[in-house]
Amino acid sequence: MDLIDTFFNGRVLWESLPLLLMGLGTTLTLGILSIVLGLVGGLVLALLRLYGPPALSGLWVLYIDLFRAIPILVLLVIVYYALPFVGLRLSPFASATTALSLVSAAYSAEILRAGIQAIPRGQFEASQALGLSYWSMMGDIVLPQAVRIVIPPMTSNCINVMKDTALASVVAMPDLLKQATQAQALAANPTPLIGAAAMYVLLLLPMVRAVGTLEKHFARERR
Amino acid sequence: MQGNDMQAGQSGSGRPTPSARPIISIRGLRKMYGSFCALSGIDLDVAEGEVVVLLGPSGSGKSTLIRCINLLETYDAGTVVVDEVAVRPGPNLAAVRSEVGMVFQSFNLFPHMTVLRNVALAPIRVRKLAPKAAEDRAMELLTRVGIAEQAGKFPGQLSGGQQQRVAIARALAMEPRILLFDEPTSALDPEMVGEVLDVMQSLARTGVTMLVVTHEMGFARRVADRVIFMERGQIVEEAKPDAFFSAPREERARAFLQAVLNH
Repeated sequence: MDLIDTFFNGRVLWESLPLLLMGLGTTLTLGILSIVLGLVGGLVLALLRLYGPPALSGLWVLYIDLFRAIPILVLLVIVYYALPFVGLRLSPFASATTALSLVSAAYSAEILRAGIQAIPRGQFEASQALGLSYWSMMGDIVLPQAVRIVIPPMTSNCINVMKDTALASVVAMPDLLKQATQAQALAANPTPLIGAAAMYVLLLLPMVRAVGTLEKHFARERR
Repeated sequence: MQGNDMQAGQSGSGRPTPSARPIISIRGLRKMYGSFCALSGIDLDVAEGEVVVLLGPSGSGKSTLIRCINLLETYDAGTVVVDEVAVRPGPNLAAVRSEVGMVFQSFNLFPHMTVLRNVALAPIRVRKLAPKAAEDRAMELLTRVGIAEQAGKFPGQLSGGQQQRVAIARALAMEPRILLFDEPTSALDPEMVGEVLDVMQSLARTGVTMLVVTHEMGFARRVADRVIFMERGQIVEEAKPDAFFSAPREERARAFLQAVLNH
């Protein structure tokens, strides 16, 4: 009975619910925005790396490797606490979006590059032989096929970005985790933390499940 | 069978005689793969409407040669001129390519699109045809190659022979003046070779210029205006098919024919 009152206290949960839901909204906004920016950046990076001027390709590789190697928390702390020293002062939300997007773009670029490279050369040759423009070749032929290949790993990456939004609580951003710790302090009871954990799981479990289903689906589709 | 609808309008007078003007003109074409010489100084003129079959052992440079004509393969020296336009990288390349259709050994159909969309896409994107008009035209072409009833399927649902006929229709949709065939029947099961060769033979009668890399000797003999025998990146012998198959001049051509005909 004591255990339930401590961790699963209905009254505390009810009272902290508005705070948790506000946090959930912030988390979703941050996550979705970072995912979209990361996808756009990743597509640009992947195309530059594959088809951009060869002289610059080292630069894109360096970016992609660097931002996959650096821990997001370290990057976030640098963006939030170090950049003000050079006059760049970002809000907690902007700092978190920047850090998450920069890293997500690097991972997305690698996933997309692998997807594009998995398209047989004959598809490019057939497009070229028909006289299709570069953009039509990519937009009509290559990317639609690459997308099918990259959907499962891309979904995994989105899950990671969503999870990593919790790091933003370190820079005092009122995300789900931050709101939960605040509610916990207010109520002197850890139930809000459990509530936040449940919300993360409810949000991400379907996505995790979808990765598996999609992988099976696409494995069957490929002749 | 399918060939008959294609001849309609030509009143059975056979294939138009090739004109003298070369539609393809190749001079001094050289291509290296590292230290391996794939093409060593090829000179070749092809007249408009001519059907040229390229024969030779594998690795002799036949495929490389026709892939240089639409610049799927870059080359180290020489010139390729198609319809008086030099084929080189740059803004004109796509225009030249759209005049030169190509049929590949492995079909290279777009697997994520229906058969109809495969055929209609390039006219929509390159020729700026209205989608409806392009699809009507695609349907005509699919009828011509005898697979209109498959228009709504995806390439993966078709047999190899059917896929290759779709690929031919896709190339025809751009109304090219030149068609390149890169071993179009080599990836097919034997019982499907005939249906593809039939389509190609009826195409040859329409006056389109054709360059065909193949190992189908019967096709070469029946359909070619000229046979070109290549070995080690060089043109060893050029002749009318009758002359080539009955009495090849070059020893290497004789040896090749003996090897492919007596097995």
